[in-house]
Amino acid sequence: METLTYNGTQIEVNAEGYLKDMNQWTPELAREMASKENIELTDKHFDVLNWLRAKQAEGTPLSIRKIGNSGLVDIKQFYALFPGGPLKISSKIAGIPKPASCI
Amino acid sequence: MQEVLERPVTTVAEAPVDKNKGKVKKVLVICSKGKLEDVYAALVMANGALMEGIQAKMFFTFFGLEAITKKGADHLHTATVGNPAFMPGMPTVLAGLPGFEAFASYMMKKEMDKLDMPHVTEFFQMIEAGGGEIYACRLAADMFHLKKEDFVPEVKDIITVGDMYALAEGEGTQIIFI
Repeated sequence: METLTYNGTQIEVNAEGYLKDMNQWTPELAREMASKENIELTDKHFDVLNWLRAKQAEGTPLSIRKIGNSGLVDIKQFYALFPGGPLKISSKIAGIPKPASCI
Repeated sequence: MQEVLERPVTTVAEAPVDKNKGKVKKVLVICSKGKLEDVYAALVMANGALMEGIQAKMFFTFFGLEAITKKGADHLHTATVGNPAFMPGMPTVLAGLPGFEAFASYMMKKEMDKLDMPHVTEFFQMIEAGGGEIYACRLAADMFHLKKEDFVPEVKDIITVGDMYALAEGEGTQIIFI
């Protein structure tokens, strides 16, 4: 079992580093995870992360296209916010499972 | 004989992989066909690469050019004749009736909508937004009398085969031909 220790709390993650329980997520943990991806989180990042978490909680399958239609960011901005694989990286930082999306 | 079969077999999939070596860093997707399913295969692979942080370039040639024309992009058809995997058992004579291909293509697009698949023109916008680049083949464009203004705005340029290979330069590039 892989764990991530943050502020003395053990947080369970899978082999790829995705949180097993999205309720263990905190904005501070997100900042910590983002720094590992060389991303410094801004308010815009958090808008996207919170949106992802809300959609995940609803059970909506996530895709880049849906984020582009969210009204928060367009697809180009999304790639700029989370470079190098935006959907998987943002999902990891948002504390939700890796989306199984091909589009 | 039994003994031989029971011996553990090491498959290719089980072999240890050094993820840092031989990583795919860039794909060049060449699309030479204009059928709905072929064009979508090219688009999904190019866009999928970008989603994984892999660079993607696209080169459309021959009948693939139809997919990047303003007129044709969102009106591609699937082939109902000469396509054995399409509704197996459907007699070719029926599949060739007027309107059948349009109907089949309409049904296929409806299924794609259900899966939240973007239309072709939207896919090009997504690919461009993700940093992908789209090019048209010079030779084929000349042959079909197509000019830059006939193509969707995401088409960056009309280039030669030599220019196309230059797009694939660099370590870790894979060329995919459809």
